Order: sequence, then C-alpha cells, then structure tokens
Amino acid sequence: MQIRSQKDFASGLMFVVIGIIFAYVATTYNMGTTAKMGPGFFPFWLGIVLAILGAIVTMGALSKKSEKDQIPKWDWPSVLWVTGSVVLFGVVLADLGLVLSLFVLVFISAMASHEFHWKGTVVNAVILNVIAYVAFVWGLKLQFQVWPSFFTA
Amino acid sequence: MELLDNLALGFSTALTLQNLAYCLIGCVLGTLIGVLPGLGPIATIAMLLPATYALPPVAALIMLAGIYYGAQYGGSTTAILVNIPGESSSVVTAIDGYQMARRGRAGVALFTAGVGSFFAGCVATLVLAAFAAPLSELAFKFGPAEYFSLMVLGLIGAVVLASGSLIKAIAMIVLGLLLGLVGTDVNSGTARYSFDIPELTDGIGFVAVAMGMFGFAEIMTNLEQKENRETFLDKVSSLWPNKEDFKRMIPPILRGTTIGSLLGVLPGGGAALASFAAYSLEKKTSKYSAEFGKGAIEGVAGPESANNAAAQTSFIPLLTLGIPPNAVMALMVGAMTIHNIQPGPQVMSSNPALFWGLIASMWIGNLMLIVLNLPMIGVWVKLLTIPYKHLYPAILVFCCIGVYTVNNTTFDIYLTAGFGVIGYLFTKLGCEGAPLLLGFVLGPMMEENFRRAMLLARGDFSVFFTRPLSLGLLIAAAVLVVIVTLPAVKKTREEAFVEE
Repeated sequence: MQIRSQKDFASGLMFVVIGIIFAYVATTYNMGTTAKMGPGFFPFWLGIVLAILGAIVTMGALSKKSEKDQIPKWDWPSVLWVTGSVVLFGVVLADLGLVLSLFVLVFISAMASHEFHWKGTVVNAVILNVIAYVAFVWGLKLQFQVWPSFFTA
Repeated sequence: MELLDNLALGFSTALTLQNLAYCLIGCVLGTLIGVLPGLGPIATIAMLLPATYALPPVAALIMLAGIYYGAQYGGSTTAILVNIPGESSSVVTAIDGYQMARRGRAGVALFTAGVGSFFAGCVATLVLAAFAAPLSELAFKFGPAEYFSLMVLGLIGAVVLASGSLIKAIAMIVLGLLLGLVGTDVNSGTARYSFDIPELTDGIGFVAVAMGMFGFAEIMTNLEQKENRETFLDKVSSLWPNKEDFKRMIPPILRGTTIGSLLGVLPGGGAALASFAAYSLEKKTSKYSAEFGKGAIEGVAGPESANNAAAQTSFIPLLTLGIPPNAVMALMVGAMTIHNIQPGPQVMSSNPALFWGLIASMWIGNLMLIVLNLPMIGVWVKLLTIPYKHLYPAILVFCCIGVYTVNNTTFDIYLTAGFGVIGYLFTKLGCEGAPLLLGFVLGPMMEENFRRAMLLARGDFSVFFTRPLSLGLLIAAAVLVVIVTLPAVKKTREEAFVEE
C-alpha cells in the first residue's frame, strides 16, 4: 500500500468525512417515508453518496495505476493576509465606517504582495475609496455607515 | 410571423434609454474584466448582484448578461497581446493570437477576434430566439420526475465535459447539493445544518460561495505566481486584414459559430469548452495546419467565434427549462430569484417583455461591444499596464462591499472569507469549484422535485424509470458517464485538457 496521489487521497478522505457528518446530522431530523419525505431523507442519502464517492477516490489514490502527485505547498502568508484583511474589514466596518475600513482592507491585503510599497498603496486606497463612495453610496444609494460612528453620533 | 412580433417587443424593451444604458454598462464591465486576467465573469456577476437590487429586473438581467458575453470579447485582447488568457475561454486564442502579435500582426488578430465574435453573437441571438419558444412548450410537459431527471442529466453533463477527474467532480456536485440544503426546509420548516446560527437559517448565501471560491481563492492562487509578462502593447498598428486574411477567416468563423451555438446549449457546455472544440477542429481540418501554433488566423477566428456563440446560447436551457448549464448561468438563476422571477418555461409567457428584451439586448450589446473593442482598443490596452498588486486589493474591496450589501450583515463577509480558504484548499487538492457552485444552486430545486415526484408516485422509486421522458433523460445521463469512462475517449479527453 502506497499513497501515489496525495491530492486524491486527501480530497477523498475529505469527502468521506464531510459525507458522514452530513448524513449523521441528517439522522437527527425527521426522515419520513419514501412517499412523504421528511427533511432528513434527501440530505442523509446525499451524505452517504458523498462518503461512497470519497471512498472510491481514496482507494483510487492507492492504486498502482493512478498518477503520482503531491499536494502543492500552501502560500500561508498570502492566505492569512488576504483572509485576515477581509475578516478585519467585517469587524471594524460598523464602528470605523466604510472609508476607514476600506483603508484597513487595502493596506492589510496589500501586505500579501511580494512588492509592497507604502506610496502606491495609499494612492490605491484613496482611489478605491472615491470609486466606492461614488458608485455605492452616492450612485446606488446603498446603506452604509460611511464615517466612524464616534464622529457622527 | 410570431417570432418577428416577439423580437419587435424585445427591441422596444431593450431600446429604452435606461435599458440601453445598463446594456452598455454590462458590456463595458464585461470587457474590463475580460481584459484583466485573474478576474472572471463568475466573481464579477456575484459582486454586482447586490447592486442590481434597486434596478428593475429587465435592466438587471440585461446588464449581467452583458458582463458574460462582454468578457468573451475582452478576454481575447489579453490573450493576443500578453499571451495570458484574460478568460478561461480565450486560452486557445492565446496560442495563435500571441504568435500573430509577435509577427507584428496584433491588429489583424484583434480585428479577427472582434468580427468573429460579432458575427457569432448575432447568429446565436437568432438561435436563441428561434429555439426558445419550442423548448418552452416541451418544458410544460415536464412533471417533477422529469425535472429531477433533467437536473441529473444537467449535472452529469456538466462534469463529463469539464476537465479533471470525473469522480471528484461528481463528489463536488454532491457536496454543492448538500451545501445548498443548509437552511430552513420549505416543507417542514425545520432548520437544517444551521447549528443555531440565525444567519444560517436562511441558507448559505450563494453570493458568498461564488465570491469566496472564485474571487478570494483566485487571488490567493494568483499571488503565489510572480508577474512576468512579455507584452506587445505598443505594437497595435493596422487593424485591417488583407484580402487573403479575409478569405481565410470566413470559414473558421462560420464553423466556430456552429460549434459554439451547439455546445452552449449542452449542460456543462459554455464558452470555454466551445473554444477548445473549435480550435481542435480548425487545427485538424485546416489546409494550413502546419501554421497552427505559429500564428494561424484560423486559430483566432474559430475559437473566438465559438466562445461568444456559446456564451449566448447557454441562456437557452436557463430561460426555457430553468436549468443552468454552467456556473455563470447558475448565478443568473440567483439574479432572477432576487427579482422574484422563477426561471423556467413560464418566464416567456408571464414576462414576455423581460424574455424578449433580454434576447434583443444581446444583439444590441454585441453591436456595442464591437465598437468598444475595435476603435477603442487603446483604452483597454492601457488597463493591462495596471500591476496585479494594485488590482487585487480593488477586487477585495468590491467583493467585500458587494457581499455585505446583500443582507447588510457582516456575517456574510466572514462566510465569504471562509469559502475563500475552502476554495484555496480545493485548488490545492485538484478539486474544481464550478461543479460545486452548480450543485449548490440546484440543490434545493432538486430536492423539491424529488420529494414531489415521490409524493405523486406514493413512494414508488420506479416513477423515474416508467415515465418515458424521465427515463430518456436518465439514459442519456448514463450514456454520458459510460462514454467518458471508455478507455479511448478517456485518453483523448485527458489530452484535450492538457493544454490548459
């Protein structure tokens, strides 16, 4: 037994686990009968199907015929900067307002780039703020807290 | 002539000032994102969905449709000038288009792509108008069992024609279906998989899924690669082809349009597949096949016509049957639902102005696009000089604002961030996001029709096999699976996608 395709092995296992979780949770809902199905019926069987498909993929990864591959390395800094900037944008939006939150978003996400420059990022953030203000606040009249809440309150 | 009356209605709808304006906005945005690599129509349409709330439904759909086929025009510009496909559907255009540019014929290549797309767009609009009515008639004969089987066929078709591993793609569909079921069950009122999180009882917002998996994940993947582009931005001189070029581009445009129109209708078809098919056909049949890969004009004309034709005919299954054939159309389902329009055969009768207006707008949009793309090519070329380090924060900004405004809740922002990481994980594991999105949109519809069919049949599973239409659809799905697993087909299928 040898794992030839790491990608298939890992994704297969992932499907099995997710399938089982979905099927298990479905058992806590009413299953009903085939004629009058409850909310648990469809997701239960889909979960089972997913787990079976996952098992097939996993086994395929062990077969001698499968192509050898490795899971490529994660670029953790990019993932964390990008995801972090988005999450932080959500956290501060209500208090800091749109304009400042966008600065936070643009600056932190820009850290992910290999070629970060202060000046370029400031210009970029200002331009994006203007576009966002004109298009969304002024043009489409979407409801936003635009300025920090301690200014307007 | 009923068709003419309908088209007249369509044009009278599409030619109002407001609708013309939104058509133009859609086309400009489509060209823009088509030109910019790393930003596709899926992420853009998802981004703009919330912004269409305030618009009348016709205007919203006209604009969103314009983004999709506009992207087919813009994608070729980048492919030809920078050798990076702006869209997945212009991957093959890059092969010969870029070589033409290296030989100083960038202008001719751009002209060919533009004219080919325009011709294909006009024909596809007519195909759409002609086939929509009869298909809608057929759809009215469909009961829940037929709809369920049709969705099975659609989903299977979507993965059969896609690249990569078949089983993994089916698993991604099932995962998508399951994610689509999260939220309150309409029949019993039970909140499923919401784990007492109030935001989840309404279900997972599909804007969050689409944006996370196609916007954020894409950014993270792109950031791994260092920028390295050789460009021919200054070398766009004469656009006009010579007589010989004209003679050589016409047959591929006709063939590309035919292939594209056909493949667009198929489940799982769409622009990218059509351009691949057209390129291989041209390469195999052309008497200049030795020139392919070195700047053959056929290699630009065929695929570019095909991708635009397919982008438009893929609206046929959506508008007539209510079944999205690809991920972009899945988003259009979302757009229609937002505006309380249930996609399906009844749209044509209950909302004729919307239906025919959308079709007519596509022809108008194509006209706008050829003007936008040929005389104004210089403007778009300038855009390519924007470095990615400035571009991706902009994408993030518009994604965040877009997803927030769907429900005015920051929960959706976190959800999108989560799906971004999941989408990144999927790319690393070689799992494709498009089947998941398709399954996600079809999940609730599929369950609903399944339950209804079983209720009508009093719990007898054989209903799917005893009704002839339903049986036919299921057999077609089974045949598709068998065909791809045949060793000979499997091999060519793998080869066909290697170039990606």
